[in-house]
Amino acid sequence: MTAVASARAHRRAQQKGLPWGSPVVYFVALVVIALMLAPIAYIILGGFRTNAQITTDPAGFPNPWNVGNYLSVIGGGVFWRQVLNSTIVGAATTVGAVGLGLMASYVLARYRFRGRGALYSLFAAGLMFPITVAITPLYIVVRNLGLMNSLVGIIVPQIAFALPTTIIILVPFLRAIPDEIQESAFIDGCSRLGFFFRMVLRLSLPGVITTGILVFIGSWNSYLLPLFILNHEASFTLPLGVQAFSSQYSTDTAQVLAFTSLSMIPALVFFSLFERRIVGGLTGAVKG
Amino acid sequence: MSNTRETTSAGPVSTADLARRDGSGAVAPLPSKPRRRGIDWSGRLEIAILAGPAVVVFVAFVIFPVVMAAYYGFFRWAGYGPPTNFVGLQNYLVILQDPAFLQALGHNAVIVVMSLVLQGPAAILLALLLNRKMRGQSIIRVLIFVPYVISEVVVGTGWSLILQTNGGLNGFLRNAGLGWVAHDWLADPSVAVWTLMGILTWKYIGFAVILFLAGLQSIPEELYEAAALDGASYWQIQRRITLPLLGPTLRIWVFLSIIGALQLFDLVYIIWGQYVSSTAGTSTMATYMVTNGRNAGNYGYGNAVAVVIFLISLVVALLYQRFVLRRDTEGALTERKAR
Repeated sequence: MTAVASARAHRRAQQKGLPWGSPVVYFVALVVIALMLAPIAYIILGGFRTNAQITTDPAGFPNPWNVGNYLSVIGGGVFWRQVLNSTIVGAATTVGAVGLGLMASYVLARYRFRGRGALYSLFAAGLMFPITVAITPLYIVVRNLGLMNSLVGIIVPQIAFALPTTIIILVPFLRAIPDEIQESAFIDGCSRLGFFFRMVLRLSLPGVITTGILVFIGSWNSYLLPLFILNHEASFTLPLGVQAFSSQYSTDTAQVLAFTSLSMIPALVFFSLFERRIVGGLTGAVKG
Repeated sequence: MSNTRETTSAGPVSTADLARRDGSGAVAPLPSKPRRRGIDWSGRLEIAILAGPAVVVFVAFVIFPVVMAAYYGFFRWAGYGPPTNFVGLQNYLVILQDPAFLQALGHNAVIVVMSLVLQGPAAILLALLLNRKMRGQSIIRVLIFVPYVISEVVVGTGWSLILQTNGGLNGFLRNAGLGWVAHDWLADPSVAVWTLMGILTWKYIGFAVILFLAGLQSIPEELYEAAALDGASYWQIQRRITLPLLGPTLRIWVFLSIIGALQLFDLVYIIWGQYVSSTAGTSTMATYMVTNGRNAGNYGYGNAVAVVIFLISLVVALLYQRFVLRRDTEGALTERKAR
């Protein structure tokens, strides 16, 4: 008890006493952040301007501020339908890739059988087949399955292409589960499948969350596959929607900027909530 | 649970381990039957249930299309019905003699090299900076990763509005009295590649920094304390301890960066469109593939281009693996043989 309490106090002291770095470090950090954020700020601020303002001074601030562009994007149905499509695709891809990946990783990490090395290499080789290479035949496969213009036609291939990364990150996590836990579960009468469903998910949660976030962001942003598969506007995901919107309203720059900035909010929120997890999860993976 | 014992003995727990436990009397005696073929039928069933779905999906949607690409590449084929017009290596001969493809290949080579040169050192310095214990470090980290998280389409749309002749950047330069620097950033062939490199660096440096930070955090604190006790300066410590220990992470990043640069598609296609990229000098093998394959209705040819891209990536990856990565990818990219 006392040890825990003192450790906690120690940590708190450390956090409070986190030193201010040297001014030079902050200056460099500020410059870098400014460079990283300036284009994004331009997009967001541009949405608050009118086209006349943008034409007269492309680099000025909104004056006066004008929320009409944002309101008309939010008020229209197009944007929300695409958000819904992207959310469905992202959620299904994440659940599918992490679920299948976790099951396969469990086998690779904790069973011994002939061909295990080959199985691992098969998935690892997937890292060398980015979707770019397979896109044309993949399009034909999806078309032959009759899944054109359907979200399923994107979800399933995306799960397949997310599996290599998922498995490579998850296997070390599952391997790190102490044998003792597994043994005592078996002694308590837990079968190996039971162990998987009751314990593994909980024990590998950090890895699961990391891969889940990476898969979701990847899916949310994916462009090439939807470009090939989805031709009907009703099925567009956000990236396709942004592109369609920007070519359709190419003269209405302010509106395009508003649409674009609204479409990046979900990924940003998602990422800032889980940033720590991503770094933490990759630490485990890099250590191997 | 009648089969608990058998599955346990076949599992990852070594028999020696179990025997040791046995001595303490915690577990019932081991089945005397020795393992014959590694795993029993119920174990195999479990493996099939757990790994089966992943294997099926992966083979059907990753391996199979890649194999089919190789097959379709030998045909002249418009994408409908089975391919019948077998042309042998004709597609490949056309690709390798097409100046547009060779140009694209050249651009890819430039992008590979420049990505490493521009992003590597900058990302290492940034990771070192962000790894220092200081106030506000987590918010700084989040902000630097922001461009990496935003989709290529948003980034591309935004940048093309900023960089067009009457866009934000030129406007900013004129306002700042630097009108003479203003340029046609996207269309001028002498500048366009550098514009692309700037955007790529901006977009992907966050990923390098995340990776390096993860690598830095796995370096034991004691090493730094010991070096500091020995009177090493900050930069000496970074050069003698951090960089060598960051080696594996660095090499994996180089690998991922090269593969990514060889397959670059989204940003170029969105910013420069399908036609302008070749005149602006930013076309890549992948944009060439989409333009001359799917968009031209020539699916056989597109597949052949995909195969060429794949082979180039594969050769580069294998060479890199053979000569650079071999030491440290054991366990990360390939199964550790010793286990």
